[in-house]
Amino acid sequence: MISYAISIKYMLAGYAIIFIVLGTYIVSLFIRWQRFKRDLETIRNLEKEIPAQ
Amino acid sequence: MKSQPKLLTLLTVLSVILFIGALAMVFLYAPLEAVMNYVQKIFYFHIANAWVGMLGFIVAATAGVIYLVKKDLKWDIVEMAAVEISLVFFFIAIITGSIWAKPSWGTFWTWDARLTTAAILEMIYLAYLLLRKGIEDPERRARFSAVYTLIGAISVPVSFLSIRIWQTIHPAVIGGGTSGAQGSFGMTPAMLMTMFFCLATFSVIFVALLWYRIRLGRLAEQVDQLKYQFMQ
Repeated sequence: MISYAISIKYMLAGYAIIFIVLGTYIVSLFIRWQRFKRDLETIRNLEKEIPAQ
Repeated sequence: MKSQPKLLTLLTVLSVILFIGALAMVFLYAPLEAVMNYVQKIFYFHIANAWVGMLGFIVAATAGVIYLVKKDLKWDIVEMAAVEISLVFFFIAIITGSIWAKPSWGTFWTWDARLTTAAILEMIYLAYLLLRKGIEDPERRARFSAVYTLIGAISVPVSFLSIRIWQTIHPAVIGGGTSGAQGSFGMTPAMLMTMFFCLATFSVIFVALLWYRIRLGRLAEQVDQLKYQFMQ
């Protein structure tokens, strides 16, 4: 039988990995979404400005 | 880009509720396994991550086939989204499996049939991302990617069946494994229920993330098109 102390340590490590990797991926989706939205806005603003010049 | 559909918001809320429910089932409902005790609790999320990882690679191959038939770039976006998400889930499955292996097998890694085929599977799809980066023309990229996911999908059943085909120390959850399997355990009805709940939970999370990633892909495509028009 695996000791409780060792078993808990590995269990926590496993769940920490799950939370960190999944969390990082979700944050990366959000950051990329914000970046593309900003790019889209910038291009649309440029399109409006250039014909007016 | 249209505002977020109500169904996606609903799916997101459901994913969060199910995720909390899955954690509660793992830690409060499923009994402690007699030999491995707490570390066995990794099993529920390990198997759920592996399941959605493989599911996504199959979804990607299906999207690839549809692209090759219809030549519609929206299926390329679906394919790319499925591969990216599956890479994340499958990576978690490999790492959690490795952490579980240390107290069970005495090592983080061994070149066992299941572990090796899983690592190869992950690398095949990492190479897919590199392939896409190397091709600029969207249609050519989509065509090559579709064919690649079709060939890559062969490694999914190979990895899944590896514990039944070859002598391996990895235990089989569905059906009997090989005689050399180490770390296997008899599942009580509560353990089985928890496992199926986690499989369902991660399937819902996968669908929600896939939808978000597809929306991101469409937005990226829109930005690219506008940039191209603007440069003309």
